Order: sequence, then C-alpha cells, then structure tokens
Amino acid sequence: MELLAFGDTGWGDELFYATLMTIAVSITAMIIGFSFAIIFTPLKLSKNKLLNFIANSYTTVIRGVPELLVIYLFFFGGTGAVMYVASIFGYNEYIEINAFITGAFAIGIISGAYSTEVFRGAVQSIDKGQFEAAKVIGLSKFAQFFKIILPQVLRLAIPNLSNVWQITLKDTSLISVTGLVEIMRQSYIAAGSTRDPLFFYSFAAVLYLLLTFLSMKLINRLEIKYSRGY
Amino acid sequence: MDLELMINSLPKLLSAAVITLKLLSVSLIIGLFIGLTFAILRLNRNIVINKFAYGYSYVFRGTPLLVQIFIIYFGLGQIEYLRSTFLWVVLKEPYWCAIIAFALNTGAYTSEILRSAFQTIKPGIIEAGKSLGISSKIIFYKIQIPVAIRQSLPAYGNEIILMMKGTSLASTVTLMDLTGVAKYIISTTFKPIEVFIVAGGIYLFMTFIIHNVIKFLEKKYSFN
Repeated sequence: MELLAFGDTGWGDELFYATLMTIAVSITAMIIGFSFAIIFTPLKLSKNKLLNFIANSYTTVIRGVPELLVIYLFFFGGTGAVMYVASIFGYNEYIEINAFITGAFAIGIISGAYSTEVFRGAVQSIDKGQFEAAKVIGLSKFAQFFKIILPQVLRLAIPNLSNVWQITLKDTSLISVTGLVEIMRQSYIAAGSTRDPLFFYSFAAVLYLLLTFLSMKLINRLEIKYSRGY
Repeated sequence: MDLELMINSLPKLLSAAVITLKLLSVSLIIGLFIGLTFAILRLNRNIVINKFAYGYSYVFRGTPLLVQIFIIYFGLGQIEYLRSTFLWVVLKEPYWCAIIAFALNTGAYTSEILRSAFQTIKPGIIEAGKSLGISSKIIFYKIQIPVAIRQSLPAYGNEIILMMKGTSLASTVTLMDLTGVAKYIISTTFKPIEVFIVAGGIYLFMTFIIHNVIKFLEKKYSFN
C-alpha cells in the first residue's frame, strides 16, 4: 500500500492525476468524435452518391484499421502535416504538437466513425411519419430537427453511444505509446522504477474498471431521462 | 507520395501480415472454447458459478486489451513461483503471452455473444425436441448449440474483425506483426502516410475477406 501513498514516497497522486488525464482525453476525443459524426451522418444519409462514398470510406477505413496504426499515423505524421499547412501560410519554424492534442484527435477520429454509424442507425429507425408530421404541422426546418427528430434520435442512440464511450475510454490506453502521461503510461513509469509491474498494471486495470463502472451508472441515468414517455 | 517506398515495403508488410493472421487464428480458436465454456457457465443456475462467469467477462470487457497484455507479459513473470513451473516456458515468450491475452479477451466477448444467443432461442424449438422424446443432453448439443452458433454469426463476425485489430497490440510486446513492422518502417523512413496506406490497405483487405466469409456462412446456414 505504501506504493500508492500520496506525496513523494508513493505513486498515489501521480496515478490520480493520470486518471484525470485519461478522463480528459476520453471526453475530448468523444467531443471530437461527435463533431465528426455531425458532419458525416448527414453525408451517409444523403442521396448524393459522391457524398455517400466519402462518408462510407471514412467509416469503413477507420473501423477496419487497427487503432494503434491510426495513432502511429497521427503521432509520426501529425507534426509534418501541420508544418506543411503552416508553410503554405509562410510559417517555416518547427512546430511541436502536444501529445494530448494528437492523441485526442486520433482517438476522436476513431470514435467519430463509430458514432456516425450509431447516429445513422438511429435516424434510419425513426418512423417516416415523424418527419412528415413535423412538416405538416408547419414547424420550421430548425424546429423540426431540434424539437422532433433529435430527441428521438438521442433516445435510440444513447445505449449504443455508451458502447462507443466504453471503446473510446479503453482506446485512450493506446495513446500511452505517444508519451502522454495517462493511466497506462503512469503505470509503465511506476512499474519501471519500482520493478513491480504486476501490482501497477493490475491497479491500472482496477482504475479502468472503476471508470467504466461509474460511467455506466451515469449513462443509465441519461437513458432513463431520454426515455421518459416510453 | 513515395511510390518506391510503398512498393518496397509491401513484401515486408505482407510477411508480417502472416504473423497477424497466425496470432488471430490461434487466439480465436482458443477464445471460442473459452467463450463457449463461459457461456454455458452463465446459464448455470448455481449463483457462485454464474457470478464467476459474469465477473470474468466483466473484467475482460471493462479493461483495455493493452493492460491485459502488460499484466500477462510483464506482470506474471514477476511471480517467483511461476518461474519454476512449466508455465514459464510459455510465459517467457511474448508470442504466447500475446495469444493468452487475446484468447482471454475474445473469450469474454464471445461468451457474451453466445449467452445472448442461447437466451434468445425460441422455447418452441426446445419444446419440439422434448416432444420428440430427445434427451435434454442431446437437445443441448444437437439443437441449442447449432442454433445459437447460427444466431451469433453476425455478432461473432464483428468480434473477429475487432480481434484482428486487437492483434496490432502484439507490437507493444516486441512482436513484429503487421503494425509492428509498419511502425518500424515509419520510424526509420519518416514516411507515415505511405506506410499507413499500404499497411491499412492490407488490414482492410483482411477485414473485407472476413466480412464476406461471415456473410456467406450466414446465408448458408440461414433458416429460410
């Protein structure tokens, strides 16, 4: 237990901050994923073949390629890409991108592909009558979407989104290869300096279990909230 | 775009893909046995056995695969006792450590897939078997298991693809699988996009094949 003490003698505070880092990266990645989903879901549902193709390639490629490979692409390619874009605008200095941003972006793109599929499924399973009824009672396009369609999409999507959240949370462990100090990286450091990998990796497993358990509890509440009236 | 690099790295990546496929197939076979065993345990009425099986699938589904590999590869070697047993022959090899982790991980997901398939079997099928005078053991092995396997095919196909992506983590314990070799080439040439296209293309091709094989099996064993 001394190993987990807070302060200079133990790893308690380091692991605590690492857990906060994991939560922060997961939430950021999830938000980035949602923004991708907001862009790609309409493309997936559109009747235009080209737009359809773009969205399908995005979800197929990302869901068919290992997360680690995507992270390596961003880790090794991110700096180059940003510097290339900057050089177009006439900035030629070396730009170092922060591991948090690279990691959150890589995981966000992956999470976005899964979210897109979830939202597409949810929108498609809403009864056509709902769209027609919203139009017939004379609601504006804006109100149609936000007052009628979105609440129903959310109700249908939340159970599957909770799976996406779990995948995202677990995927953040892969960012440890880029050096961002989250649970996995911190356990690796602690295991290396105390020569007690069994303890620290098991403790990391417990931390992840705790995170998944607590987030499931929270999501269940959301689910109840959005299925009022059903 | 460095086409030459892409062409030159293709044979290396393809031979690494063979290792990926080996890891995948061995861990899927072991994982299927584990999954089936635990799915049957989950159906047991004994609460201790039931909770044990649930706990196994909960822990392995709730923690990242990376943690599981690290516990098995770095962690178990620390136990002095294990070093003196025959298990050490297996556990000192990163290849087998990765396979143990993958098999336990996919076993947990497979047990959930099969359990839900068992639970959604229509009672009429079992009753039909009973009314024909078939013993309940034969009903289980000859009726329930085949029907459950058919029902879980789509979900299991997804699991195979997820597992194929999971094998990329073998590269974190020094194995040179497809991702491991891709990372090595990227870090020596600093051409991440070219290597990603080739390695990602190989992965996509494998996903495509698995997807279609499962689709074919689904059609072949469909009820209609």
